[in-house]
Amino acid sequence: MNRLALAALLLASAAPLAAETHRVEAGEGGGTRLQETLILAAPGDVIELAEGRFALTDGLSLDVDGVTVRGAGMDKTVLDFTGQQGAGEGLLVTSDNVTLRDFAVENPKGDGIKSKGADMIVYSGIRVEWTGGPKATNGAYGIYPVESTGVLVTNSKVSGASDAGIYVGQSRDITVSENIVTYNVAGIEIENSRNALVTNNIASKNTGGLLVFDLPGLPVMGGGNVILRENIVSDNDTPNFAPPGNIVASVRRGTGVLVMANDGVLIEGNAFENNPTAHVMVIAYTQPFEDARYNPYARNVIVGPNAFGRGGDDPQLDGKEQLLEAFGGALPPVLWDGIEEDGNGLKIAPGVTGWTLNLTKSGQSLAEAQPGPLMLTPLEKWEFPEVGAPAALEARLK
Amino acid sequence: MRHGLGLLALACATLGAALAHATVIGPSMVEDAAVLGEGFPAKLSDFGFFRDAARQKPDEFVFPYALNTPLWSDGADKLRFVYVPEGTQLEADGEGLLRFPVGSAIIKTFAFGEGADRRLIETRVLLHRANGWVALPYRWNAEQTEATLALAGGRIDLTTPAGEAISYAIPNKNQCKTCHSIDNKVVPIGPKARNLSPAWLGQMAKQGVLDTVPAVTQHLPVWAARKARDPAEPLARAYLDVNCAHCHQPGGGASNSGLDLRWEQRDTHAFGIGKRPVAAGRGAGEYDFAIVAGHPDESILLYRMASSEPGIAMPELGKASVDREGVAMVRRWISEMRR
Repeated sequence: MNRLALAALLLASAAPLAAETHRVEAGEGGGTRLQETLILAAPGDVIELAEGRFALTDGLSLDVDGVTVRGAGMDKTVLDFTGQQGAGEGLLVTSDNVTLRDFAVENPKGDGIKSKGADMIVYSGIRVEWTGGPKATNGAYGIYPVESTGVLVTNSKVSGASDAGIYVGQSRDITVSENIVTYNVAGIEIENSRNALVTNNIASKNTGGLLVFDLPGLPVMGGGNVILRENIVSDNDTPNFAPPGNIVASVRRGTGVLVMANDGVLIEGNAFENNPTAHVMVIAYTQPFEDARYNPYARNVIVGPNAFGRGGDDPQLDGKEQLLEAFGGALPPVLWDGIEEDGNGLKIAPGVTGWTLNLTKSGQSLAEAQPGPLMLTPLEKWEFPEVGAPAALEARLK
Repeated sequence: MRHGLGLLALACATLGAALAHATVIGPSMVEDAAVLGEGFPAKLSDFGFFRDAARQKPDEFVFPYALNTPLWSDGADKLRFVYVPEGTQLEADGEGLLRFPVGSAIIKTFAFGEGADRRLIETRVLLHRANGWVALPYRWNAEQTEATLALAGGRIDLTTPAGEAISYAIPNKNQCKTCHSIDNKVVPIGPKARNLSPAWLGQMAKQGVLDTVPAVTQHLPVWAARKARDPAEPLARAYLDVNCAHCHQPGGGASNSGLDLRWEQRDTHAFGIGKRPVAAGRGAGEYDFAIVAGHPDESILLYRMASSEPGIAMPELGKASVDREGVAMVRRWISEMRR
């Protein structure tokens, strides 16, 4: 039934229009038909993408609230941007309450899927992949929600991003769960964001697995309250292939978790294996800045119980040989720069071992490091706020 | 006294009924229902903005205008018009965007080629409806007799005035908004008092189309009239304001970058000097800062302007080739900066 006929039927009861489902087939003109459907959708509508490949020459965009875009599966419905000629990303979402699920984005020239100012968004069963493997010419971010409140990224896969596979920036109330991120510079990055739960993901074969950053000079700062819990962070030994100039270009090959300048990060219950520089690295922001609003320190970072396997045995660090010798062939799992504000830097659970550079101020040269074992009094218990996306987002997938 | 029919009435009153046949200013042919209604009219002619659309001869209530410094779009010629319905007025708001009454519209036609060879490619309309602005693109047919709605945009192969063969992109409806949006609401960009000529503003006020001539401290320079020795800074800043700041400002499409390229921005870090990239990806090239004073070849901003490769090129939309003159001006501005 078309919308008008339905409207006539419903007029008497003055009920809102029922959502429609629009099916879009792949094949000739699929990109244009899909973009038209994205534009003409009404709030609440479902756009169903058929199985097959959609060859796209331009970026797609969605600006209607409450729309669900659903494919036939991340290996069945493919939005192929290999021939993209314009726009900065594959798909741009700028409306609220959107659900994206069960399709793939391949080889976008810029970012994969970006959602900006798009509150209460769900990404589920999405694959973003640069199929030529890790390359500096790949786009920056695979899944890229920014300036949003209420973000759930789940059951998705990203591979090949020249910055971060899943990047959540300048946002609040976030859950990133059950994703697989491989061969990106950063697997998952939480930047300038608050109240984020990163759990049950697999971050493997990236340069760095899970990154939690706070950067100066952005509209939204004050990142913190981030939990990294029960993730598998392994084999993150891909050489850094980020274009120079980007902050992630400074990530050392072989980093499991990197926390830089943040307030409140809990790292617990994760399994780390074969991250050759460090399983966990906690540091202050390293570069000069002028932003008076910015706090460069890593504050209130807790490394709780985690399973630390082999690692730290081939660090991408100056003085590697001496360090390995001093620590008996492998560095302990936690690397701290030693820089803290008011004694509020790193805290560890009993049994967690590490080493420190014993630096004292943000921006200090690594040449001044005086490496030594981490000598912190372990915390017996701690309190940390419950964080994550609103339950309504998870419920939408049921 | 109002413009349009008001002027006609005035003419009749002063010159007598003998001039009542005057057809210089006739009733408007614009279909206000198409401008104000909820739908997306299928054809440009549905609006009635033009007496002769192929020649771009507008209706009496559709007023041509030009911008001092215009947005560059692969070298397209642009024909700009505002439609101000009878009985309504534009209102000045300092040196910023003129306030448009509900029912008004902004019309911009993109053309390539000179004289008899001129081809109209697309006409974009911004309609001020009761619940806000709506942006729609219309694509001209090969016969140049009509332009039809291109909601999903489109591509057309053409050769730019610089002689480059490109695939020119007509934006889709959402992409119109990508540039025309502040805080996720569609807004006009061009007709800011500071980027309009005093002569046009004066003429519009005289005709009663504009309530008053706004006071403007410094108009943007007239790009087309620039001379080799003109100071680079105002020209470069005007160029960046017009070509970049619709996204690169707080509330704009690129607000998350923290880069603010508006004309009025005086904070050197905010407009890029010594500012590190945030989400530039490979757009950053090999460089660390948006602008390095004195070093254009180390400045990400110039690197991206000088690229036409998607993922690197800025602006992201509306360009398939590089504006060499724009690049040259921004290059000179950065070169002349003291470190």
